[in-house]
Amino acid sequence: MGIAAQLIINGIIAGGIYALVALGYTMVYGILRFINFAHGEVFMLGAYLGWVFNILLGVNVIVAGVLAMLGCAVAGFVIDKIAYKPLRGRGMLPPLITAIGISLFLQALAILIFGAQIRTFRTGEVVRGITIPFIDAIITKIQIVIIIVSVALMVALHFYIKYTKTGKAMRAVADNYEVASIVGINPNKVISYVFIIGSALAAAGGILVGMEQNLTPTMGVSIGIKSFTAAVVGGIGNIYGAVLGGFMIGLIENIGIWFIPSGYKDAIAFAVLLFFLLFKPTGIFGVKKGEEVSV
Amino acid sequence: MTKHLLTIKDLDSWYGQMQVLHEVKMHIDKGEIVSIIGPNGAGKSTILKNIFGLIEKRKGKIFFDGKNIIKSKPENLTKLGITYVPQGRSVFPNLTVQENLEMGGFIRKDDLSEDIESVYKKFPGLKERKDQKAGLLSGGEQQMVAIGRALMLKPKLLLLDEPSLGLSPQMKALIFEKLIEVNKDGVAMVIVEQNAKMSLNISDRAYVLELGKNKMHGKGKDMLRNKDVAKLYLGGG
Ligand SMILES: Nc1ncnc2c1ncn2[C@@H]1O[C@H](COP(=O)(O)OP(=O)(O)OP(=O)(O)O)[C@@H](O)[C@H]1O
Ligand SMILES: [Mg+2]
Repeated sequence: MGIAAQLIINGIIAGGIYALVALGYTMVYGILRFINFAHGEVFMLGAYLGWVFNILLGVNVIVAGVLAMLGCAVAGFVIDKIAYKPLRGRGMLPPLITAIGISLFLQALAILIFGAQIRTFRTGEVVRGITIPFIDAIITKIQIVIIIVSVALMVALHFYIKYTKTGKAMRAVADNYEVASIVGINPNKVISYVFIIGSALAAAGGILVGMEQNLTPTMGVSIGIKSFTAAVVGGIGNIYGAVLGGFMIGLIENIGIWFIPSGYKDAIAFAVLLFFLLFKPTGIFGVKKGEEVSV
Repeated sequence: MTKHLLTIKDLDSWYGQMQVLHEVKMHIDKGEIVSIIGPNGAGKSTILKNIFGLIEKRKGKIFFDGKNIIKSKPENLTKLGITYVPQGRSVFPNLTVQENLEMGGFIRKDDLSEDIESVYKKFPGLKERKDQKAGLLSGGEQQMVAIGRALMLKPKLLLLDEPSLGLSPQMKALIFEKLIEVNKDGVAMVIVEQNAKMSLNISDRAYVLELGKNKMHGKGKDMLRNKDVAKLYLGGG
């Protein structure tokens, strides 16, 4: 029981993070049919902002987390306004290339400001895990926080999207962009909200990871690809799919190291991505071709 | 000028380099039903898009309630009291019927529940399905959702682009019955129809459009009896 349970617990912890980041990919794609390749770097930015507030400025870690989320929300808003919005209606490729450019820019900026050396939230004390009764797996306090915070944010997003006026408008714009404008919804405003929320969620993921692992300017790359994979697996454009995909990727890669050397852990997500792109590109909950909205 | 609810004066309209409307003139009075008929590609839909501010490249004047709206955007026009039901199935398919109606009132800040109820009263079939995704409804029901959604702002003028397209004969009849009811509440309408019989039947007046130009204009019932109109636009059904 012990090792299997441990791998499942590890999978859930990682999955929560992937799901948080995948939500940003999927929400943007749902409306704009565009993969925001800079999203992983917003995650990285969130981690560093958390570090600045918490370690550099000595702010309480929870407040630092909230401030980092706000900071990334602003960053997401600005990135959309200055880089993506001017390119809307110009086809698929220009925003995609721009996104890759933004992603490299943010990495370079992080190296410039924070240096290429590793930064950490950790205080050096050894984190002792708690043994979970009956299933004989170990979990640390920070990992419990990761699960609780990520799930809480997902539940909050669910209620926001389902019941608030802006949430409904987001679904309306994703559903039928033109008719949404006809009823007086301003799609650009809705898109701004999508970037704001998606970026704040990615920042939360960044801070949660930062409490466990070291920060590096390239930390967004692998999380970005895995979360993007999660969004594809769940059916890109669908927020529940992103959550399901996130946990699936987390579980698959952690359980996978039972069977193959752990050095290949990162390759597992790529294999899953390749599999879905080849055999089920619409993912588990994805829209069928022809039902897509074009922007 | 100001005595009509809507006046279109010498409207030219282009898609890219191609001019599709040429000096189009028309007017709609308060509470009137006006049909625009004409063959495929005549520019009927383009007139509605022009009224609703969806066309960039154009010349001429459009007055609504005495105000020139040629520079107005859809969002402002909805505020002035014009709503639009575009051609084709125009619901939000993954939103519930109720949410579709709520989106119709998106620009309103007040409580919508009373007006949603009055839409349900008009279209009783919709209330039973209020929590279903609109995309799962039949074509006729979807059209009712789209019309109900356009009523949420209590418009003075409702623009309808082929409201009966692709529906069964009974469903067509039902939709036109409902439009008469809506009109009785004082809502003026412009209806674009290719299949013009039913729409002429309920119209006070009608305009015939051909190749982007005014061709004929008259009372709805007179048009039905007019030989040329009958031959050209009512023949097939
Ligand atoms: N978005 C567009 N871009 C370019 N040309 C267009 C566009 N929409 C319509 N047209 C052209 O403008 C002309 C008028 O089109 P419009 O849709 O107004 O005609 P219609 O009378 O509504 O026809 P139908 O009965 O087929 O709906 C047609 O020649 C059409 O091909
Ligand atoms: Mg048309």
